Amino acid sequence: MANKSVWSDNRFWRRTATWVTGFASILLIWLTFDTSGQIAMGNDADLKNGVTKRVPGPTVINYKITYEMSPKRGHEVPVIGEKEKFFGRDDYSEKEATALLHLGKLAEQAKNCMDCHTLLGNGAYYAPDLTKAWLDPAWGPNGSMQAMTGKNTREEAMAEFLQHPNQYPTHARMMPDLGITAKEAKGLVAFLKHMSSIDTNGFPRNFGKMQGAIHGK
Amino acid sequence: MANNYLKSESKQLATWYFTFAAIIFGAQLVFGLVVAIQFVVPGFLYGVLDFSIARILHINALVVWMVFAMFGSVYWLLPDETGIETVGIKLGKLLFWIFAAAIVVVVLVFLLVQVGPADNTTIWFITEGREYIEAPRWADWGIVVVALGFVANLFLTGMKGRQTGIVTVLMADMIAFSGLYLAGMFFTNNISVDQYWWWWVIHLWVEATWEVFVGSIAAYGLIKMIGAHRQVVEMWLWIEVAMLFGSGILGLGHHYFWIGTPEYWWEIGALFSALEPLPLVAMFIHVLYDWGKETGLQMAEVHEGHKIEGHTINNKPAFTWFVLNAFGNFLGAGIWGFFHTLPQVNLYTHGTQFTAAHGHLAFFGAYATILVGMMYIAVQGSNGIKVLNHTKASLWGVSLITGGVMGMTIALTIAGYVQVLVSRAQMGATWAAYFDGQDGVWFQQAMDWRLLMGVVTFVGFLFLAKDLLSTGKSAVHIR
Repeated sequence: MANKSVWSDNRFWRRTATWVTGFASILLIWLTFDTSGQIAMGNDADLKNGVTKRVPGPTVINYKITYEMSPKRGHEVPVIGEKEKFFGRDDYSEKEATALLHLGKLAEQAKNCMDCHTLLGNGAYYAPDLTKAWLDPAWGPNGSMQAMTGKNTREEAMAEFLQHPNQYPTHARMMPDLGITAKEAKGLVAFLKHMSSIDTNGFPRNFGKMQGAIHGK
Repeated sequence: MANNYLKSESKQLATWYFTFAAIIFGAQLVFGLVVAIQFVVPGFLYGVLDFSIARILHINALVVWMVFAMFGSVYWLLPDETGIETVGIKLGKLLFWIFAAAIVVVVLVFLLVQVGPADNTTIWFITEGREYIEAPRWADWGIVVVALGFVANLFLTGMKGRQTGIVTVLMADMIAFSGLYLAGMFFTNNISVDQYWWWWVIHLWVEATWEVFVGSIAAYGLIKMIGAHRQVVEMWLWIEVAMLFGSGILGLGHHYFWIGTPEYWWEIGALFSALEPLPLVAMFIHVLYDWGKETGLQMAEVHEGHKIEGHTINNKPAFTWFVLNAFGNFLGAGIWGFFHTLPQVNLYTHGTQFTAAHGHLAFFGAYATILVGMMYIAVQGSNGIKVLNHTKASLWGVSLITGGVMGMTIALTIAGYVQVLVSRAQMGATWAAYFDGQDGVWFQQAMDWRLLMGVVTFVGFLFLAKDLLSTGKSAVHIR
């Protein structure tokens, strides 16, 4: 104890801990402000004017979404294309589309989807990732799910499956009947379509590589 | 458990918390077995207790028992550290019953009601449906009230009594712990925003405030068990705090790679989460080093007239669990976390069984071990034992639990590997690709092994429970 070194001084380390914690917290708060701006939901005007948002507005359900390689960014990004019918319409107003998305997000939480599926890669690992589920070839024109449900469009096939999952066994691990109503199913499909338009920095990579989801126009 | 050895009311209250925690720990393992069986036999309890519900109970039970054991640990150490009795002990007892009752109600609703219609009544009264924090909103507010009461007790006692470094760190840490929970209590249509704040609760709890909490508990335990020098232990505690918060707060970035957030999180997340393993083993090694240097030579001690060789550790089961904490934390949180923390790797491993492997070993290694260690310290104190030794049951308990969790971790790591190669790298993460991976022979065998190792863990828990209940009366201890 004769040579009191700063390196074995509790006060020095207490101050260090305080400063490091404070600095990290302030940096996190600053980055949070920046990120919040970048992940705020866009609106209908952005979509009409071709302004790209990381999280587009709810009226994105009026458009065709694809997931394509961006040479500039080096990974796949969602591309919002021409108009596309969603349950027979491509003119959902901002209010209608928001209401659908709201219902879908509420349904996703009320039915505990994340405790089997993953969304944006987070959740349980008992059932497939739903991040880009809307774009999954299985729901497409020649897809197994569309054929099984006997429906003619992606959204109708998905909505039918969500309402009666135990009638369409897809795997030994079957989705249970969660009492999802027709209205809720429509909201859920809108939610899934919206989620597929979120720019996830290329996750999941090579989505549908073997089954033609990328460049699958 | 309380008896005439336990003069402190705070310590009596701690034993309530530990008892409830141990019961919920058992429940966690039971529901874990259910989900493990469902991976092997998919029809098991289909439509009765589906995977989603069993998993909610598995994981929420984990969180709840750990929070209970943390509160218990604080109530246990407060009288020792501050030198006074906890101030609001009546409030503490009331809050215990409120907390325990609320949990029973929430569990019953999860079991019997499970899901609701897509409206706000479900969010308020059945489930919020947000992974790990599914508790309905009324319970959220209840938890906030309970947490505030707990923090008030900690602060009032800390201010009035002696303020050691350990108490100071706990005071700062528990404020953050309680405050962060608020970030998980709102609804938004924007799932990117939802996930952004959700991680403030999950990551900043588990990888920042919980880790610092463990540092404080380890410091306390080492002083108690081996008589380590407070000066040395607290110096390392402050270094720990600096390293843990310095890496953990911005390590949050490793959850922001793929949820719609900007690319700069790749670099921030990679850098700071790569630093996260460093502090996890530091304090323990150095305290052991200093202990060995200063007291290790004086192996002989005198207890009540007779000489006892080598009893510088006064609670061997607790010490075993604390040592497992040092290694388990480093391996499970550090190494298994680092496995898939770089964005280049995480792009393929995110959302696979790799995460489950990491989760199992990290929660066990970083938290379960040290909290079980604290339960043994409480058993020692409650029974007025000078040196608590291992019994056959404590050895079986610690060996089977550790072996079982390690086995589950290895099995899940193999499963994750198959998933990454088949579902992700080769097939591209679609519905069909997902099931191709799940149906692989290696994946399925890994799931069989996980179930078997889960059973081993559960048997270990039975030994542990038996030992915690009966070791106080055993003749192997020195009183």
